[in-house]
Amino acid sequence: MAEARAGRGPHLVSGRATGLLLAVLAAALVLVSVAAVSIGSVNLPVGAVWRVVGAHLTGSASPDPLRDQVIWDLRAPRVLVAALAGAGLSVAGVAFQALVRNPLADPYILGVSSGASLGAVLVVSSGATAFGGLGVTGAAFTTALLTVVAVYVLAQRGGRLLDSRLVLAGVAIGYLCTAATSYVQLQVNPTELHGLMFWLMGSVAGATWPDLGLPAAVIAVCAAFLLPQGRNLNALMAGEDAAAGLGTSVRTLRIALLVVGSLLTATAVSVVGGIGFVGLMVPHATRFAVGADHRRVLPVATLLGAVFLVAVDIAARTADRPNELPIGIFTTGLGVPFFLWLLRRRASAGSEG
Amino acid sequence: MRLVLAGVTAEIEGTAIVSDADLVAEPGAFVGLIGPNGSGKSTLLRTVYRSLRPSAGAVTLDGDDLWRMRARDAARRRAVVTQHGDLSGEFSAAEVVAMGRAPHKGVLERENAADRAIVAESLERVAMGGAADRLFSTLSGGERQRVLLARALAQRAPLLVLDEPTNHLDVRARLGLLDLIRSLGLTVLAALHDLDHAAAYCDHVVVLERGAVRAAGPPLEVLTPEFVAEVFGVRAHIGAHPITGRPHIAVASLG
Repeated sequence: MAEARAGRGPHLVSGRATGLLLAVLAAALVLVSVAAVSIGSVNLPVGAVWRVVGAHLTGSASPDPLRDQVIWDLRAPRVLVAALAGAGLSVAGVAFQALVRNPLADPYILGVSSGASLGAVLVVSSGATAFGGLGVTGAAFTTALLTVVAVYVLAQRGGRLLDSRLVLAGVAIGYLCTAATSYVQLQVNPTELHGLMFWLMGSVAGATWPDLGLPAAVIAVCAAFLLPQGRNLNALMAGEDAAAGLGTSVRTLRIALLVVGSLLTATAVSVVGGIGFVGLMVPHATRFAVGADHRRVLPVATLLGAVFLVAVDIAARTADRPNELPIGIFTTGLGVPFFLWLLRRRASAGSEG
Repeated sequence: MRLVLAGVTAEIEGTAIVSDADLVAEPGAFVGLIGPNGSGKSTLLRTVYRSLRPSAGAVTLDGDDLWRMRARDAARRRAVVTQHGDLSGEFSAAEVVAMGRAPHKGVLERENAADRAIVAESLERVAMGGAADRLFSTLSGGERQRVLLARALAQRAPLLVLDEPTNHLDVRARLGLLDLIRSLGLTVLAALHDLDHAAAYCDHVVVLERGAVRAAGPPLEVLTPEFVAEVFGVRAHIGAHPITGRPHIAVASLG
């Protein structure tokens, strides 16, 4: 295998081809987004989508007010929320995987998503009117951070993080948060409960333009922080001692990754609920294509995550028409087999720890 | 580069693993850190990697406190090859070696032709020039060790610190690696578990026992049969190696 690869670089995509891959992914994001806007309870022609979006971007009058409302006010925000959540969860996955030096890490598996959900539900049930506000995100961030710190501490033994403990601690803490969330659910009235349940399972339905500002800002800030850290993230893959030897401030970087990963997860959860396994599948698929160098992984995973979740949202809306299914059911349905396959492969490769 | 550890105490979870250790590596010298398992060799080295801050004492490079430098400045002056050379993720050998250029690059600066030349040259020096595009995970233990040494060489630091670099290597690879390290002309501090290697390759040895420095000096002055019996619990015969003529320590169990 190594010999066969030698002639064209070590990875499927390396060197200059990475730029081409990014361009292809950006184009794919535009196309899948337009498709997602045109598909729905009433399918709209793609041409109409382009015209409405074009009219809004150029500031000219819209040709068809009814279509305008469906396309611009209802569908466009949910598609963009899906894209932002997909990007955010993927980057969170990359951050957590670097933090614990383990490709099995994911906001959902580490229990961080459940922790964030608990914080969000607490605030919502105590009187806040809608999801997505700063209060909800703030509470989600606080509980997400507490969760990840607890899992991080529990998964250690003699200063080393263990694979098995990491997964078990994440699942255990996740259950605890889920139980607490269930208790909170019992306290809310039945009409609120339906919305809460749908949101907990992960949904981008009902997103509006004002919902977009906070996640867009958080993802931009986190990406701006992480991208220049590519070399340091690579060094972290070599272990704590080697990373220190290569000039990385390991402790500072780990704390930063803890905060960034929790912030991204909390923001995604507070807007779209418990969408699992995106942070596992997308970074893994990315590494399969471009290798492990974070300077390539981060931009590719960001775009791929956005494309992925918009595409899954199309499936969630069309699988059981005219009903809409929570998107989280689909990501978990894809993610669990993927996770089990990954676990099995790692066990057979003997790369435990 | 002159490395000095003065009165270094290193603790893990509140327990002192190394206490009040002194060690000097003169410029260009090959210094061996030896001692039985659990004597604190790796822990002491971690204070030089900057991954474990000494709770007392100081580590200095040419008089500058290593722990007061910026992390990247420290990495330009001292390179590290750790004992557990595992690496998570699919990196090619060249990508692993390129990590060694990190302390010389700005955050968004790409590797340029000069960096690529240093990476290629470092791989050549460890006889891995043909393996640049092979995945690190597909290399043998000895090949990985050589790539990790190449990464340290790519740092272009005058001080090289290694923790049992010959672990997991076959006999030929062991001697090849030690010959290579010896030929680099760098200041070297290496934890070694084989007394014969220490005698044959080191200019100076420092012996740790239960977290304290027991003795330090040229290997033949320190490693007398009585001393080896006391610290390592084995019978030792010291003579000239029948093939190389270098100092040679043959050991047998006591009793």
